[in-house]
Amino acid sequence: MNNKIKEFTRRHSLEIGLIVITILVWIVFIITSPRTFLSPKIYRTFMSTVPFVGLLALGLTFVLAIGEIDLSFPSTMAVGGMCFGLAFAATNSIVLGILAAMAGGFVVGLINGILVTKVGMPSIVATLGMMFFLRGFVTLSTDGSAISLRALGDHMLYPVFSGTFLTIPMQTVWFLFLSVFLGFILYRHQFGDNVLFVGDNSHTADLMGISVSKTKIAVFIIMGMLAALSGTMDVFRLRTWWPTQGQGYFMTAFATVFVGGTSMKGGQGTVFGTFVAAFLIGSLEAGIVAAGLAGFWTQLIYGLIIVVSVSIHTNLRRLGIT
Amino acid sequence: MTLKANNLQKEVIIISLVEMKNIKKKFGSVTALRGVNLEVGENEVVGLLGDNGAGKSTLIKILSGVMPPTEGEIYIHGKKIYPGEYSVNKARELGIETVYQEKALGEKQPIWRNIFIGRHITNRFGFIDVDKVKQESQKIMREIMGLTGEGASPESRVSTLSGGERQGIAIGRAMYFDADLVILDEPTMALSLKEVDKVLKFIQKIKDSGKSCVYISHNITNVYPVSDRFVSLDRGEKVGEYLKDECSLEELNEALILATERKIG
Repeated sequence: MNNKIKEFTRRHSLEIGLIVITILVWIVFIITSPRTFLSPKIYRTFMSTVPFVGLLALGLTFVLAIGEIDLSFPSTMAVGGMCFGLAFAATNSIVLGILAAMAGGFVVGLINGILVTKVGMPSIVATLGMMFFLRGFVTLSTDGSAISLRALGDHMLYPVFSGTFLTIPMQTVWFLFLSVFLGFILYRHQFGDNVLFVGDNSHTADLMGISVSKTKIAVFIIMGMLAALSGTMDVFRLRTWWPTQGQGYFMTAFATVFVGGTSMKGGQGTVFGTFVAAFLIGSLEAGIVAAGLAGFWTQLIYGLIIVVSVSIHTNLRRLGIT
Repeated sequence: MTLKANNLQKEVIIISLVEMKNIKKKFGSVTALRGVNLEVGENEVVGLLGDNGAGKSTLIKILSGVMPPTEGEIYIHGKKIYPGEYSVNKARELGIETVYQEKALGEKQPIWRNIFIGRHITNRFGFIDVDKVKQESQKIMREIMGLTGEGASPESRVSTLSGGERQGIAIGRAMYFDADLVILDEPTMALSLKEVDKVLKFIQKIKDSGKSCVYISHNITNVYPVSDRFVSLDRGEKVGEYLKDECSLEELNEALILATERKIG
């Protein structure tokens, strides 16, 4: 039994380390601003704001696990939000709006995947191009103006992305559900196994009969659809869509994935780490401000957390522990 | 391999396990294979010999479905194979397993994922039965690879294993799926003498269990004792074919050198 516990700690040292860091940061916040961090209000706020970045980071976890990168997701988020906004404004149907958003994310992911696998572009270049192109596309499509969706709040299905379930904000319910589901896909499904092998060594995957192109395209589609879903949920929260949507999420999404323990080198990714790190990264700004520090501190502490946690992950990995 | 058994006064046709006819392969302007024929009979071990760049690996990559030939025909169990319908997965379905020179392993993945890569035991939704897969992996490690004792867990990552253990996984994987033909591409490269011995025993085991094997190497001394027949390639062409019963190791060695020299002169 003792051995089993040891084996478990050894295998999950990365996740355990992350939980320890998160709890430490949390304790620091409670000490520096007990009034804020001992009341449930702030946690409800986190639970309704963190999932936007969390969903993006979830998609990025898959993209990095397969050894690629996606820079276009903030723009894809805006594509998803716009598709939802236009479809809802035209039909007053939330279902059609969500379908439109998902279709938008699907198409973006498909294009990214084709550019990387069939055209053969490095993903960093292909998705950089798509990032600019899509931002331009949504701005042009809407003449650069916002879409106001005040009617959304009166709709019967509005609480699906904006209400609460047993006092838990729906955003977090969706984030948790999708994290568990995608975690099972990555670790327990043949598709996830293929993703890990393609990311680890695509030549091996090819020799063993795994379609490298199809797997990569599917991963870019997952990323696209999660970004579009995040954009849609964001529209629900603010009941308006604007053409710069998603722009603030770029760095935090990357920070979340790296702090979570997913490596840039492919072949490895942790959905659990991403889930925990989303809340760690998502609570930093509030904690810093509540502690009475100037906003300038935010970036410094972000940077510190990223460098410290990733250097811990890297060393654990080098020691062959995880 | 069509054989006429005259003493029985009737024609007995023995269908080869694999028959590759006039296989050509070009990579852009480079010609890797210039019309090679290769046959493998039932329960036969064929040693495929040749220097680096002779086209051995290309030939077996075509046979195992990794790449299609530019020209030529392939028959497996006497049935013609159409390039458009052929793939690694199709080759495995037809009982052809390959152990590649590059081992084809995922370094960061545990042993159990490597053994069942691309064909896990899953339920109908594609979710992996991890307990079963790990159990089977443990069995393969113990029974086929002979890995016992400490440190031999299906959870171990490939990056922590020795060259011989890696080769063991690649071979164990091929043996487990009950192939009719196991292709081994340079299986003894970079292995210690003891590990080489183990690999040769694997090949003997394949032969003893009534299956066939194509053993690719440029080391004749390793190939000789375990093979029934030798085929030698040189710069994309078949330059010789010898039965072990008809030539000693020395004769084979000489014949190979002659075959390659004749071409240069």
